[in-house]
Amino acid sequence: MPNFLKNKKTRRDFVTYGLVVLAFVAVSLMQANHMIPRMIVGQLVPICAYIVMAISLNLVVGVAGDLSLGHAGFMSVGAYTGIVAATSLAEAVPNDAVRLVIALLAGAASAALAGFLVGIPVLRLSGDYLAIVTLAFGEIIKEIVTCLIVGVDERGLHVLFNLTGKLTVDDLGLAEGGAAIIKGAQGASGTETISTFFAGFLLVMVALVIVLNLVRSRAGRAILAVRDNRIAAESVGISTTKYRMIAFVVSAALAGAAGALFGNGFSQLSATKFDFNTSILILVFVVLGGLGNMRGSIVAATVLTILPEALRQFSDYRMLVYAIVLILVMICSNNPTIKGFVARVLPRRRSNEEEVSADA
Amino acid sequence: MTVFLQYLVNGLSMGSVYAIIALGYTMVYGIAKMLNFAHGDVIMIGAYISFCVTSYLGLPAIVSVVAAVAVCTALGILIEGFAYKPLRQAGPLAVLITAIGVSYFLQNAAQLIWGATPKNFTSIVSFPVPDFLRAYNVSAVSLVTVVACLVIMAGLMWFTGKTKMGKAMRAVSEDKAAAQLMGINVNRTISMTFAIGSALAAIAGVLLCSYSPVLQPTTGSMPGIKAFTAAVFGGIGSIPGAFVGGILLGIIEAMAQAYISTSLANSIVFAVLIVVLLVKPAGLFGRYVPEKV
Repeated sequence: MPNFLKNKKTRRDFVTYGLVVLAFVAVSLMQANHMIPRMIVGQLVPICAYIVMAISLNLVVGVAGDLSLGHAGFMSVGAYTGIVAATSLAEAVPNDAVRLVIALLAGAASAALAGFLVGIPVLRLSGDYLAIVTLAFGEIIKEIVTCLIVGVDERGLHVLFNLTGKLTVDDLGLAEGGAAIIKGAQGASGTETISTFFAGFLLVMVALVIVLNLVRSRAGRAILAVRDNRIAAESVGISTTKYRMIAFVVSAALAGAAGALFGNGFSQLSATKFDFNTSILILVFVVLGGLGNMRGSIVAATVLTILPEALRQFSDYRMLVYAIVLILVMICSNNPTIKGFVARVLPRRRSNEEEVSADA
Repeated sequence: MTVFLQYLVNGLSMGSVYAIIALGYTMVYGIAKMLNFAHGDVIMIGAYISFCVTSYLGLPAIVSVVAAVAVCTALGILIEGFAYKPLRQAGPLAVLITAIGVSYFLQNAAQLIWGATPKNFTSIVSFPVPDFLRAYNVSAVSLVTVVACLVIMAGLMWFTGKTKMGKAMRAVSEDKAAAQLMGINVNRTISMTFAIGSALAAIAGVLLCSYSPVLQPTTGSMPGIKAFTAAVFGGIGSIPGAFVGGILLGIIEAMAQAYISTSLANSIVFAVLIVVLLVKPAGLFGRYVPEKV
């Protein structure tokens, strides 16, 4: 066994990477043999985006212990930056893959900036107050995006802020051959779909490597210390705001990249797509997958994205079933009798629970 | 000046609706310490019940309000008993997700029962308003709402301050274990709080839909969130705080819509909340509890 794999935690991280690669290979093979229903093939890119969202939110909620209810806001910043970047570079960079990478980086950078700006006031608070303020920021970002009108022509980008709600695409004054990219409340349409499942897989791997390495690093241990006992952490000289900010900004950047992947995977994206409900959806992935448990987040994001599709045969009842499943899972996973039973059947589970943060 | 007063009246009436929801929210939060996301959907159910009683059964408005209150009170107790009680010992996140599950459940159940197409809610209060008041946009609904809001607030302050049950509620919200040791039935007290909160939600739902007559399964969620904001704004757990927070929120929203931008009105409301929380972290009337080491 190589030397670096002797560490139990590192080994667990590499098992996680291996499982993701295996899952990707398996799905690719199945796809090549047409074994996957068509409605799920269309969901592959969004599933990757949601997995990255879940991993990044898990960094804030699970590892840093700050409940954020506005994570979709960063996704939307990344998505629209990514769409604008990809569309406006369509001629300068003809290669789709390179263009997608640029879009993802642009999305990540802009969302990181947004995360930093939002983090300054938000991280002064904690608990439910922090939750409600992140919710507020998520709604603010959504409304600001709804007011944006962006177009591109040979003279460059044109941006309008539609404060009164009276401006339209025509007010951009685009030259001949120019195109509107974001049309206010209608959102973005006519986007070239350049996101691929392979790109999504790579982004998931990058997000995993970043988050797992951050958690295992000196900064990661500081973040865990702040989560477990802020006062104790402060008293040994850890700057609590600094380390919570690191987690928040990294998480926002990953959410931005996920947004760019998502945005460039659909030709049509409405401005209200990334609302409060999306933030909640991702929080549900994180909580059901287990706080601080990245493997769990991946599984939960995948299963819960496919579940509503798979429940289509129940048509009208599917969201009702989804809600009931959600409530039952929460009640059962917190029932002392069931917990005790699981601990007896699978004794290893108990050590995992005590070590939530370190679990890959 | 008249125009300004008209906006003020609009804000005051909408603010009173927010205040009624926020009063219910603040009661539940004070005792259960949870963000009850399903509260907004109880509002919607209340409005639907009232709608059914008046439109399908043709009964008078006051009967529909009583029916809505009765159904929502029962619903509140049921939700608490089935979904939240098993999680009394669980972490706050588990309860939050369950509340979200309940919210999804209520919205989708409403969609199955009443359909996704919006219903046209006819205002349940209509009586002639003197002309000099009507010039300022004062309608029968706004008068009733403001009066109802004041009565409810006074009633709640009397209830929590003077009655035995109210005192038990305050004790439970302060310290559950100590309250239990003093012989207070904690579970019954919490159920009672949910019952009161949901009854207020039903009244708020009827009034809300008397204002904006569009009734659909998602009607309650945004007012629910805003009312929670109002409760935080005034200091969560404080009854006068929820009242003042709700009224202020309504006025800020009306003014922002009128003078700044309709599409950014919610953002402005939320921005004010953020500023208030940064300056006064416990809200306007909240008690600041320093962290003990």
